[in-house]
Amino acid sequence: MKLTLKIWRQKGPSDKGKFITYQLNDVNPEMSMLECLDVLNESLIERGEEPVAFEHDCREGICGSCGFMINGVAHGPLPATTVCQLTMRHFKDGQQLVIEPWRAAAFPLLKDLVVDRRAFDRIIEAGGFVSVSTGNAPDGNTIPVGKEIADRAMDAAACIGCGACVAACPNASAALFTGAKISHLGLLPQGKPEQDRRALGMVAQMNTEPFGSCTNIGECTGVCPKEIPLEVIAHMNRDFWQASWKEREDLVQTIAPVTSWSNKTKTKS
Amino acid sequence: MSTSTVQAFKHQAPSFWQSTNGKKVVMAVTGCILFLFIIGHLLGNLLVYAGPVRYNAYAAFLHFDDTLLWIIRSVLIVAVVLHITATVQLALRNKKARPVDYSRKEAINSSFASRTMYWSGPIVLAFVIFHLLEFTAGYIHPGSQFIRGDVYHNVIAGFSVWWVSAWYIFALILLGIHLRHGIWSMFQSVGYNHKKHTPLLKKAALVIAAAIILGYISIPISVLTGLVK
Repeated sequence: MKLTLKIWRQKGPSDKGKFITYQLNDVNPEMSMLECLDVLNESLIERGEEPVAFEHDCREGICGSCGFMINGVAHGPLPATTVCQLTMRHFKDGQQLVIEPWRAAAFPLLKDLVVDRRAFDRIIEAGGFVSVSTGNAPDGNTIPVGKEIADRAMDAAACIGCGACVAACPNASAALFTGAKISHLGLLPQGKPEQDRRALGMVAQMNTEPFGSCTNIGECTGVCPKEIPLEVIAHMNRDFWQASWKEREDLVQTIAPVTSWSNKTKTKS
Repeated sequence: MSTSTVQAFKHQAPSFWQSTNGKKVVMAVTGCILFLFIIGHLLGNLLVYAGPVRYNAYAAFLHFDDTLLWIIRSVLIVAVVLHITATVQLALRNKKARPVDYSRKEAINSSFASRTMYWSGPIVLAFVIFHLLEFTAGYIHPGSQFIRGDVYHNVIAGFSVWWVSAWYIFALILLGIHLRHGIWSMFQSVGYNHKKHTPLLKKAALVIAAAIILGYISIPISVLTGLVK
């Protein structure tokens, strides 16, 4: 099949960047979107041109490395699918695909389709963990967990942190990601002791990063490759105000977004 | 500590009001207050169908104590100010959150109402100001003389001017669209979302918003068609 790819090319963070159109005449419909880019890149290398930079790792939809906009939709038109799992047969022969990186102030662009998503790492660092002693594996079922709770926690834990929610959100808000992480730990008994601290810490970090605010629109959950429900955002909001109410000391501190090298902004110290 | 520690820059965390989530809670609570006012105002205004005596008596009842009236008005004014302050601050933040726009962006999973809150809100605000100047203060009262206390006359005379009615109907439809998102969204902002209840809530929001629009616009339509004289 034939495809026209209109891809965003940008040499580096300070480069202006522009769309370049590539014509692909022999696309195998069984290829994934990333394999399609691989084929394009091979031909670019043969011609002595710079290949298109994009992130990828597992190519089976579970690592969260890949992701870009295809025709204005994060991860392309197929629901619950990352671009690595999106096969080309879902497009029409002769179609034009506009391929663009995630656009958000919190995700400064590094090159072509690669953006710096370390803002997510800092949110996780602010509370996306449970502090438990490691050692021998505990006996199974020492802490009983109800089926419904286990299911809801699992649904939230499915988040792979790809950043599509931020990309699709008209406000570039990270509420779905942060909500998923807060819910998945907060629902389980192992996460309960740190529930307040986690909500305060992660929400504080999310608000320190230049993400927008959640206006309950729902675009995020529509593009989410793991179909994380909007419910997790409500869970975060509830945990946050309850923790703010109960908070006795100002323990929460945030880490300054250290993206200065990539987006050329000075951080306050 | 380990041999080499990396000292990350530490900041004081944003306060409840400084955080986006906190502002949304404030917007939900103030939005709820304003929603309750809209319901009460609608019920009172529907008394216009009961004739001038009962309608004016209702208006007089609202004015039965000026101090009390101003306390209630202050609550509404504070709610409006907080609702708008939070919106403006969040809108500015959201604009900065995406400095480079997409060349192409599709909305695949959001309601028309939710995407147009920034439009419906300011237009409704402009309408509320006009509405207060017309029916509460009486500064603008095209087509007739404003009579303080004779609310029935003011309503009939006001809505007899076609463009006043048209502007009223237009603004009320926008208010309904605003509420169609707002009514369920306030629950989400304060942290209530339930797999079974939220879809019902969204349907209820649609029905309530439609009922509010119909209830309010029935008044100018009745005046224009001569049902209420």
